[in-house]
Amino acid sequence: MTVILGQLFTGVSIGAVLLLIALGLSLTFGQMNVINMAHGEFIMAGAYTTYVLQKSISGAGISLIVALPVAFLVSGALGALLEWLLIRRLYLRPLDTLLVTWGVSLMLQQLARDIFGAPNVQTRAPDVLTGHITVIGGDDPLTFANSRLFILGLAVTAVVALSLTLRLTPLGRRIRAVVQNRDLAEVSGISTGRVDRTAFFIGSGLAGVAGVALTLVGPIGPTMGTNVIIDAFLVIVVGGIGQLKGSVIVAFVLGALQSVLEYSTTVSVAKVLVLVAIVAFLQWRPQGLYTLRTRSLV
Amino acid sequence: MTTTTPLAPKAGRLPGGRRRFTAARPAAGFVAAALVLFAVAPLALSDFRLGLLAKYLCTAIVAVGICLAWGRGGLLTLGQGVFFGLGGYAMAMHLKIADAGPGHVPDFMQLYGTATELPWWWRPFANPVFAIAATVLLPMAVAAILGSFIFRRRVKGAYFAILSQALAAAFAIWLVGQQATTGGTNGLTDIQGFFGYDLNDPVNQRMVYFVIAAVLLLLIALARQLMHSRYGELLVAVRDSEERVRFLGYDPANVKLVAYVVAAGMAGLAGALFVPAVGIISPALVGIVPSIELVIGAAVGGRASLTGAVLGAIGVAWARTALSEEFPAAWTYFQGLLFIVALAFLPGGLASLAAIVKRRRRNQGLSGDTA
Repeated sequence: MTVILGQLFTGVSIGAVLLLIALGLSLTFGQMNVINMAHGEFIMAGAYTTYVLQKSISGAGISLIVALPVAFLVSGALGALLEWLLIRRLYLRPLDTLLVTWGVSLMLQQLARDIFGAPNVQTRAPDVLTGHITVIGGDDPLTFANSRLFILGLAVTAVVALSLTLRLTPLGRRIRAVVQNRDLAEVSGISTGRVDRTAFFIGSGLAGVAGVALTLVGPIGPTMGTNVIIDAFLVIVVGGIGQLKGSVIVAFVLGALQSVLEYSTTVSVAKVLVLVAIVAFLQWRPQGLYTLRTRSLV
Repeated sequence: MTTTTPLAPKAGRLPGGRRRFTAARPAAGFVAAALVLFAVAPLALSDFRLGLLAKYLCTAIVAVGICLAWGRGGLLTLGQGVFFGLGGYAMAMHLKIADAGPGHVPDFMQLYGTATELPWWWRPFANPVFAIAATVLLPMAVAAILGSFIFRRRVKGAYFAILSQALAAAFAIWLVGQQATTGGTNGLTDIQGFFGYDLNDPVNQRMVYFVIAAVLLLLIALARQLMHSRYGELLVAVRDSEERVRFLGYDPANVKLVAYVVAAGMAGLAGALFVPAVGIISPALVGIVPSIELVIGAAVGGRASLTGAVLGAIGVAWARTALSEEFPAAWTYFQGLLFIVALAFLPGGLASLAAIVKRRRRNQGLSGDTA
């Protein structure tokens, strides 16, 4: 029983990390249909922001709190810049966008290597987050790490904030309008170019927030983004584009699947099995779990 | 692929603005390429440089397949490294068994101490015919299974690209994880012999080079035939308007599947030839990064043009060696810039440059002529 609960919680915490990473993508890829391979490097930028802030602000707790909005702004600004420089020229060629942003991601990685050095760096987690809470005591205790709980809370907060923004604010309404019918939005007086840039800013900013969270569970390095980005894209592909709920469900399901498979086999075999499961799932639902129904052929 | 008769020559141009296939020009180019590969390069280059060229030619073989699948079929396969790796490992497994000799296991297995006999899935590779067949058929079989699943359910575009990339990631991770039987991160290294020939002998290295060059030319000819067949026209049609092709009564899934499988077979063959040329195959050569690097050569040269893709692949591989030896950081920036410039501003690659210039010049000279 403890084992099952423990695996379940590991799954939930893997899922929370996946969700945080994929959340920004669900806006840029899921809503705007831009495949931004540099998204992983925006995560890295958020993580390095945390590192730099911790060097200049002594308290680990304060610097983590400060890092959240600052990382959002840093990564968001990088994203808006990328959108303005390159991506807006490529909206009609999604596959080329993929390769162009891969080029950007290579350059950003090298930039990080030049600034911070190739070896990984570490941040110090605040004392509150280093401990764990004990759910079941005794000989075979079941414990949850505080940092994992923090990430779970952060992921849930981010999802709620993003979905409220999309649903209730004028900006959210404009974003949804552009996603559903770009031409009609444009003739209705919405500046689609500006909406694109804002949406891209928010999506990339969320990557920065994910980067802050990742500093709590692993080292910070130039390739940290590439290691997670494929999984995040898979979450969106399986979840279906155009809405958030698919991504949320799929992130946790994939997290649980990964955790259970890792427990019963090995990490590497689990990766392969998860991919097989995804291909099998797409046989059943090629458009993903949930999809926006439109009458277009593609 | 029911027929390979060329389209009846009616109009001066085929749809898409390409000039009609006339036999003389490509044949001349083909002879020139053969001359360079078989006469000029072996005479002009040192053994070391020729060995490097052999390595570049292997990437060019992959690029032929990418040109077919991506350039003509619109299938951005970011997982060609998987097929390259399958071919490479199939070949390397046979060569390692042959190196070890009968009754012994390859050196790295002895290192881990546990294995005294070959794992069951290694055993068939002791047979040279099986191993050589597997280098091509294994990648093709994997591509066929995966492709039929993906294309039948109309998973396309970016989704296909991401799935193929995930495949590359999973394959590399799996290889690393199975250290006792695949050599883990190190891969299969230190390969000495090639079907009885000693690979340390420069003469035999030259022989390997000639084999690779011959295979490349053969595959270019094959791909060219395929592209100029009815199938080739259908493939371009699927790329440009899949739904229309479906309404005409074809099944786009089959058309795409053939291109994907052929490209996989070519990548497998390239991997198999890479092993004797370089003497190693490892997860670092098959994962996400090498897979995407295989694509960039074709993109820079011109994805839809065979000449462009092949020359682009050789050129990028050469630039990589030349630059990364002395300035590793500069190479990464340069590579990133290549992606951006080639794809954002010159999507047809360098091969389209000549056509652009020619069109400009013609428009200036004969503004009334609409060709």
